Amino acid sequence: MNFDLIVENIPRFLSGLVVTLELTVASCVLGFALAVPLALMRLSPHRRWRWPATAYVLFVRGTPLLAQIFLIYYGSGQFVPALKAVGLWTFFREPWFCALLTLTLNTAAYTGEILRGAIAGVPKGEIEAARACGMPRRLRFRRIVLPRALGLAWPAYTNEIVYQLQATSLVSIITLMDITGVARVIASRDFAFYEAFLTAAAFYLVLVYGVLFVARRVERRLLAHLRPREAQPTQRGFGFGFGR
Amino acid sequence: MFDLQGYGWMILDGARLTVLVGLASMVCAIVVGLVVALAKLFGTWFVRGAVEVYTTIVRGVPELVLLLLVYYGVPTLIQDLGAAMGLELKIAINPFLAGVGTITFIYGAFASEVFRASYLAVSKGQVEAARALGFNGFLVFRLVVLPQMLRYALPGLGNVWMVLIKATALISVIQLPELMRSADVAARTTRMPFTFFFVACLIYLAITLVSMWLQSRAEAWANRGVEGARL
Repeated sequence: MNFDLIVENIPRFLSGLVVTLELTVASCVLGFALAVPLALMRLSPHRRWRWPATAYVLFVRGTPLLAQIFLIYYGSGQFVPALKAVGLWTFFREPWFCALLTLTLNTAAYTGEILRGAIAGVPKGEIEAARACGMPRRLRFRRIVLPRALGLAWPAYTNEIVYQLQATSLVSIITLMDITGVARVIASRDFAFYEAFLTAAAFYLVLVYGVLFVARRVERRLLAHLRPREAQPTQRGFGFGFGR
Repeated sequence: MFDLQGYGWMILDGARLTVLVGLASMVCAIVVGLVVALAKLFGTWFVRGAVEVYTTIVRGVPELVLLLLVYYGVPTLIQDLGAAMGLELKIAINPFLAGVGTITFIYGAFASEVFRASYLAVSKGQVEAARALGFNGFLVFRLVVLPQMLRYALPGLGNVWMVLIKATALISVIQLPELMRSADVAARTTRMPFTFFFVACLIYLAITLVSMWLQSRAEAWANRGVEGARL
């Protein structure tokens, strides 16, 4: 194992790390923004809202991400004149844009399903209580249903973030220099196959378990009220506690 | 609907290879998953530790990186080790085996979680009753626990299969002429990338839909003897 080679290339891996993180964060934020309306459409009582969302989710979840990336990045090449006419070709020519677009559309479908389950799982009594207090529909959704659903969705959503983080490795196939892309270049240039890919693997391991560690900490705070009694800190003998 | 310019058969051949790789990997993943699940449940602390490291790595490293590591990294690693011992080795892994091997390695870990959970779902009383009837450990597992485990494991295994068949698309990166690779070749030569990748997507979708249908049939079959709440 050639350790000097690994140390020498650490700056390159760090620049790859930036690309990986940028794509992960941007696609998760944009994907979440799309996921909320998507989940609401899936839960709509009206067929005309429900079926496009269902078809979209089925397509995205039934096909490989790699095929979706190729469909958007290479596929757009079939419509150059049309895309040029509407001024979109400058975007579709860029692998970075295509990667972000595909990753966003992809995670939106998975996140939408997580949110759908969570919204459907909000206890009925809480919604009824809000109605009894006279909250109108929108307010009820914003103040009661959505925050409660987010708490319920959190553990599954953090897993989705981790999957998304790993899924960004596919962008290296369309020439982007993320962690995997950097590893592939180093591997083929220096014939250092296992050094390069083992380093990349180590980067991903640290990232994934770092995200999971933070997520579990947040979860403990977020769902603190659902933890069993004895797990909470014991009431001190002073102060204005609510203890009996 | 689509003019495939004579590449239709190549795409279908690719689809056949995709299903073949998927099935081979699934069978291997089930075997690996069962063994790993048993190791998790009954292993000594050393075995459990080793299995824990294995699942940790699989959960934390992207499939593509593992695939590249197996396909490009392992032969050079073995060659370097051989050179260190004064041997001249020439090793090239066949893309089919590298693909099936990597996918088995990854999804074996997922399947092991499914099997572990389904083992724990079989009620203890069943095992105790079998022991009381004088069955030995192996017979208890084969005749009492395993058939019931499979019923609990079926939804989870179906899920593993759906993810696995999509993961086979990655093998196109190591030049195996499966569905994605054939679509890529056809797209390049005909300059109709959208058409061919869309057809590939539709084939994957068809595989998923057929799998979903088969899964619901299989679950109905596995639960045939179980009283369910009828609405």
